[in-house]
Amino acid sequence: MIHVSTKINGDDVEFLCDPRETLLDTLRDKLGLTGSKEGCGTGDCGACSVTMDGRLVCSCLVLGAEAEGKEIETVEGIADGENLHLLQEKFIEHAALQCGVCTPGILVATKSLLEKHPDPTETQVRYWLAGNLCRCTGYDKIIRAVMETAADLREAS
Amino acid sequence: MAFDDVKTDNFKVVGQRVKRPDGIDKVTGKAKFGADVVAPGMLFAAIIRSPHAHARIVKIDTTKAAALKGVKGFVTRADFATGLKGGNLDILENVMAGEKALYDGHAVAAVAATSALIARDAAKLVEVEYEILPHVTDVDKAMLADAPVIREGAADKSVPEGMHPNVVRYHESGHGDVEAGFAAADLVVEDSFLTEATHQGYIEPHACLAQLGKDNKGELWCCTQGHWNVQKLCAEMLGMETSQLRVTASEIGGGFGGKTAVFIEPVALALARKTNRPVKLVMSRSEVFRATGPTSSTSMDVKIGMTKDGIITAGEGTFRLQGGAFPGAPMEFTAMCAFAPYNLENVKQVGYDVLANRPKQAAYRAPGSPMAAFAVESVIDELCKKLDLDPIEVRLKNASKQGTKASFGPTWDRIGLVETLEAAQTHPHYSAPLKEGQGRGVSCGFWFNHGGETSVTLALSEDGTAQLSVGTPDIGGSRASMAQMAAEELGIPYDSVRATVADTATLGYNEVSHGSRVTYASGLATIKAARAAVKILCARAAAKWGIDEDAVVWEDGCAKPSGPNAGDFDPLPIEKLTRSMGRTGGPIVGHFEATPEGAGVSFATHIVDAEVDKETGQTKIVRYTVVQDAGKAINPTYVEGQFQGGAAQGIGWALNEEYIYGEDGRLQNAVFLDYRIPVASDLPMIDTVIVEVPNPGHPYGVRGVGETSICPPLAAIANAVSSAAGVRLKQLPMSPPRILAALDKQANG
Repeated sequence: MIHVSTKINGDDVEFLCDPRETLLDTLRDKLGLTGSKEGCGTGDCGACSVTMDGRLVCSCLVLGAEAEGKEIETVEGIADGENLHLLQEKFIEHAALQCGVCTPGILVATKSLLEKHPDPTETQVRYWLAGNLCRCTGYDKIIRAVMETAADLREAS
Repeated sequence: MAFDDVKTDNFKVVGQRVKRPDGIDKVTGKAKFGADVVAPGMLFAAIIRSPHAHARIVKIDTTKAAALKGVKGFVTRADFATGLKGGNLDILENVMAGEKALYDGHAVAAVAATSALIARDAAKLVEVEYEILPHVTDVDKAMLADAPVIREGAADKSVPEGMHPNVVRYHESGHGDVEAGFAAADLVVEDSFLTEATHQGYIEPHACLAQLGKDNKGELWCCTQGHWNVQKLCAEMLGMETSQLRVTASEIGGGFGGKTAVFIEPVALALARKTNRPVKLVMSRSEVFRATGPTSSTSMDVKIGMTKDGIITAGEGTFRLQGGAFPGAPMEFTAMCAFAPYNLENVKQVGYDVLANRPKQAAYRAPGSPMAAFAVESVIDELCKKLDLDPIEVRLKNASKQGTKASFGPTWDRIGLVETLEAAQTHPHYSAPLKEGQGRGVSCGFWFNHGGETSVTLALSEDGTAQLSVGTPDIGGSRASMAQMAAEELGIPYDSVRATVADTATLGYNEVSHGSRVTYASGLATIKAARAAVKILCARAAAKWGIDEDAVVWEDGCAKPSGPNAGDFDPLPIEKLTRSMGRTGGPIVGHFEATPEGAGVSFATHIVDAEVDKETGQTKIVRYTVVQDAGKAINPTYVEGQFQGGAAQGIGWALNEEYIYGEDGRLQNAVFLDYRIPVASDLPMIDTVIVEVPNPGHPYGVRGVGETSICPPLAAIANAVSSAAGVRLKQLPMSPPRILAALDKQANG
């Protein structure tokens, strides 16, 4: 077992993990952060998307041990306490989710997109989210929610 | 079913685009899906699966695996009930192989251990000795005389004599004289079509947490489209009483029909019973692909005759479906849906259910119908092209309407096909100019829709709010639409109704969330349950006022005297009646149980523009419009979502998705990288038009909308691609190699 000290959603966290354990397994099984989902385990679906030191990654392709000294952000860290992030509000308003299992990964990926590209084109949004599979919506309402969030955030800033 | 009080206008809550009640949980990561719960002392399980397409299981040796630290127990077929028959035996055979492994990925044993890593390590150490048998995975080859027999004696009495034992069921329906019809045609087109198996592709793999004691009392948490069905089947497989197993449906991460069956749930229960510990079992993605329900693959022949002014004189179709190693391929649905949109004097359809060494097919959104539409609507398109006729005009000329005798027997009640065609015809998309290299396709589609066993309870709280318990897992926002219907009837705000998917201990039997039945059947039951509660509320007001119950009406959330003759009393709002309910007769609860049968069939018309790159064979969908009859849209936003989702899945099926088997009978693309479902950059926005032709079988006119949306896309896209490429595409998916091969064949003969 490996001892790991890391920071998750702003909190200092310590855990022991098997050297083969993925960061996703650690988050879900050790730390109770089950918001990140395993849809494939091979980095193809994006449902486990988190950021590590600000970089968007599939947590199923990162080892738990690699979190040492890093800052991890998950879907659980997007809202500010009781207050939803505008992106979360827009997803509910636009019905940008049906079953909702891809939603955590899509929200993490989109937040990362908007931090880097506050004024994305529809094509940019579609390509940025091409690593996040959604089987329910056909993406239409997701893209609309993202575009409107981007516009509103630009207006507010 | 007749209704005492049908409501068609003046809706206050119904028709509003309300926010779903589970929205916040789902955008914050709080929602609990199948794999998101734990139990004290829980073990983790893994399944050992056959790497062979067809093999006799000679020996299973767990000695080495059992020696691994942390391993707590194994199960094989010997740990399940014996004496099952028919469909239940098939399900058990599929859950855990008996004497033979019937497909690559078939479960043969399972292990439980103290961690998921140990369970996976142990699974690799289980030694299974197989005697490999000849296999077949192709539907046409499985029907040939020299094909290996997959299961002896599996055919039922419907199969004509002389067929291969792999043909297990046969269907024939129609009316009139097709030969006379073809003779009366100015042009007859006959062609053959192939479609590959696709997977439902829900993003959440199957997952469950099981507890079962030696006393055969158990608890099961799982992601399923129907937990009463899981309860019934698991009890059968485990040899226990149904009522002793309580099943709770988790939030479900997509189903599309694929979570209407049981796969891992009986295995987790058997391991729990064996180890006397809670057991969690979660499938990997490759297990989902290899061992859970893909669709059937098909081989189809369709022949249609038409006059030069576009009247169809006869239609005939033969539909061969393989559904894996078990009977059940939905060939009768394929046959029945094939010509359902059209009013035909002469029609005949034949279906064959064929076994092959593949996983047991499971329902996928309008099971069997999309393939039928692909074949039939491709031939209609070819006729329109050859006769120089407008494809929507031709469909309008032949469209089924109220009073039409359907191709498979019934006479249609009020239906909305013509309305969808007219809306498509006048939609700006249909007349928009196309660019070089683009083609436009249209297609109609049909699905039956379904009612099914339904049980709903609505309990009023002391503050005048309502707790609504439904038994149909919410696969696309149905708690919102249920709460809207309850709020509408009670005359209270939408937010004052809390809709919950209740567990099996709480309500009577509820059929699974399938057949586009939830908004129809659970919605109908919700309305009826609310009306039952209102009746009690009115009775309490009548008692308070000392007047007849019949002299009280319910309006805007208040009991009121029905008129001046009833007496002069101030309206009694719901919360006044509920606050005193303990003293006026006890809790106020409405409930409704029935098997409603007025689901109301559904039709759609899709328009699609596709651009084909003739150099690479790559297709891009550039514009897509869905027009569908929803009867009455309870929540239009979620109705649009169903339209868009069905179209997107259809695009994947048409262009990319397929099960690829090697010569060895093994599935070669059991990961999302190789089984490519549409990603955001593959698709355009998907335009929607909601047509509302009320269903006479629902108090508000609702028709289910979930499934019909996947019926037209395969055909509409094939017609668009064929137009753009200048060659008829007859095999799905229309992947770049297939398009290049078709272009090459056309160029070189």
